[in-house]
Amino acid sequence: MNERSSVSIYTEWDVVAARQLGRDEAKAVGFGTVDQARITTAISELARNIYLYAGTGEIEIERLHDGKRTGLKIIASDDGPGIQDVRRVMEDGFTTSGGLGAGMPGVQRLVDEFKIETEIGKGTKITAVKWLR
Amino acid sequence: MPNEIVEGLKTYKEEIMKAWMERMKETEEEHFFHYMPEHLIEKTSREFTDLMLSNIESSTGVDVDKSIDFASKIVHFGWSIKFVNKAVDSFSTVSFEFLEKEGIIHAGNLRTFFDLFMNWIEPLRESIIDSYSAEWERTVNLQRVALQELSASLIPVFDKISVMPLVGTIDTERAKLIMENLLEGVVEQRAEVVLLDITGVPVVDTMVAHHLIQAADAVRLVGSQCLLVGIRPEIAQTLVTLGVDLSEFMTTSTLQRGMKEALQMTNRKVVEVEKHDER
Repeated sequence: MNERSSVSIYTEWDVVAARQLGRDEAKAVGFGTVDQARITTAISELARNIYLYAGTGEIEIERLHDGKRTGLKIIASDDGPGIQDVRRVMEDGFTTSGGLGAGMPGVQRLVDEFKIETEIGKGTKITAVKWLR
Repeated sequence: MPNEIVEGLKTYKEEIMKAWMERMKETEEEHFFHYMPEHLIEKTSREFTDLMLSNIESSTGVDVDKSIDFASKIVHFGWSIKFVNKAVDSFSTVSFEFLEKEGIIHAGNLRTFFDLFMNWIEPLRESIIDSYSAEWERTVNLQRVALQELSASLIPVFDKISVMPLVGTIDTERAKLIMENLLEGVVEQRAEVVLLDITGVPVVDTMVAHHLIQAADAVRLVGSQCLLVGIRPEIAQTLVTLGVDLSEFMTTSTLQRGMKEALQMTNRKVVEVEKHDER
């Protein structure tokens, strides 16, 4: 089994491919149905953001073992425009696309660790980790 | 076209075919020839050889119609494109080796053979790739149509109550279709209550939730009520964590419960009646 796998995001259907991969991985690692749904939804949000705002990018999924715990790491990266104001993006209800504005703060609540690295004009990299309890 | 080479190919057709068959059986990666019964291999190979040679029989050059015809026939052999490519490759190699052995091709006419070869094999390859991609496109299109057909239909179940069962992934295109069908259906069926059943939707993220909320709002605008039913426990938890506000929505866990609600909202209920014996 690969410890790391990835899906490139080009079309809306790649969002489906990415979360399918996430679901398979989550199942393989041993997450329960609720956490599977959390992980898949988080990937869906991240992948859709890539599709909506950056156009193209990549979702990487990596299995984690640190001796005591096992988990999944999701890395969403793109070479898009970057995020202007990270603080506002993380506010509930902030949206530039007419959506619900629950995506990014929602993802942060769905996972255990969450990190945004972004640079205007260069791109964005979001890392999310979910540990198996 | 140089006649002696074309003649040579036709004369030694049988031998070339045998040699080609042997070579194809040796290929490791694809196993089409391993599973086929012997007589079928023989038949298919003969067909393939005939098809290959049909292209060079005309002495004026390659017939475009014929190579398209060839390709579409090849597609229906059910071979993978990799295998077909290999088959064409092997066929030309075997032919060359054979003609060289028989002395039909020699140092003097190598150039003419090369020209013949280019005019023979290359168009074939092109038309094979064309046919395969056309076939794939056709399949994808058919599947898209099939998917759309089972997309989103509003079903009247009782007077004033309709159900829209949603199954599968909801993307932007489908969300539009759901909205259209929902509103048209509500008006047409004079539904007072509509049940949107999401039991079959695998992932409900903010986008899907957003579309559902919009659909429900629109239903309200045309004077009906919308119930979101079939919310599985894990979806409920995820939606709460995401912070999606569905408080304006009436929701139930199953379609069955939703139906009860809907009946109540239209001042009706389901009752059991005593069984009457006929006599």
